[in-house]
Amino acid sequence: MLEALLKLFGKKEPSGKVAHNRLKVVLIHDRANVSPEMMENLRNDIIEVISKYMDINKKEMKISLADDDDSVALVANIPVSNMRHEKRKDDEPASKN
Amino acid sequence: MSEVFVITSGKGGVGKTTTTANLGVGLAMRGKKVVLVDTDTGLRNLDLLLGLENRIMYTLIDVVEGRVPYKKALVRHKKHETLYLLPTSQVKDKSAVNPEQLAKLCEELRKDFDYVLIDCPAGIEQGFKTAIAAADVAIVVTMPEISAVRDADKIIGELARAEKTDIRLIVNRIRPQMVEKGDMMSMEDIDDILSVKCIGQVPDDELVVTSTNRGEPCITIDKSLAGQAYRNIVGRLCGEDIPFMTFPKEGFFARLKHALGM
Repeated sequence: MLEALLKLFGKKEPSGKVAHNRLKVVLIHDRANVSPEMMENLRNDIIEVISKYMDINKKEMKISLADDDDSVALVANIPVSNMRHEKRKDDEPASKN
Repeated sequence: MSEVFVITSGKGGVGKTTTTANLGVGLAMRGKKVVLVDTDTGLRNLDLLLGLENRIMYTLIDVVEGRVPYKKALVRHKKHETLYLLPTSQVKDKSAVNPEQLAKLCEELRKDFDYVLIDCPAGIEQGFKTAIAAADVAIVVTMPEISAVRDADKIIGELARAEKTDIRLIVNRIRPQMVEKGDMMSMEDIDDILSVKCIGQVPDDELVVTSTNRGEPCITIDKSLAGQAYRNIVGRLCGEDIPFMTFPKEGFFARLKHALGM
């Protein structure tokens, strides 16, 4: 209710909550001992695999570890710029009626 | 049965030494025989907080190097007669004491004292490893600040790696009104992140500054909110079941005003 009110008045999220959320994320990385290098390698491998099936916007792609209630989730946001369609049957030009 | 506590934090300036001084005085006020061991060699301050800076003859370094027996280095508090300080050297550095030496000393201290409180230096290097070596219980002090909580998490990880399983948390310098407004993490928020048994929340209190100026820990001041928080913590350490203190809250209308940005 209060949150809805705050949104209505265009108030920012309370900074204590922001700190709490930022900490949760940073501690996932700290605890897992995941190096930026490993994340970069993971990112490149994911790009390689997905690129076999579709064109993706590599620059906009984001992967991160996130807190998902009691577990850790790997969250990937991968914008698809173009589906590869040359091999798909139903993409053939439809006959004119 | 005596217990050895180490007071640690990772980050500097969160109130390790203040906490050590207050808990020490508090336990002594209950008639316990307490020794406070300063392991912050080169940056000692526990003597200042207790008003004992002019009475130091020998230090922890003299003791571990075998020049004097530890009893000769102890400084007895005048007001609290069951409280003793084992000061460290201001000229040597952290490499002057190793974990084995401190563990051996603590074994001796256990025979004579109910509580041994070790004031740990900031950081996770040798000074930290030495300070935690002999501890039964680690008290991690943190603040409702993003960097202090992250460092506390690191320290908790390091303690676990050193097989220290009894870890308790104190959240220091809470500003209740900021928490109320949502602009500061609460004890519950920090508890949620660190998942360590919390034994106290200490409000930010000007009396901590003024009492430190005088070399008398605020736990002796009846009207001090921080002093009350420390008295509660001492009670909990002695096994009493004391509810967490609640801070005076802002009323509904004040909250609504804040919410509306008035």
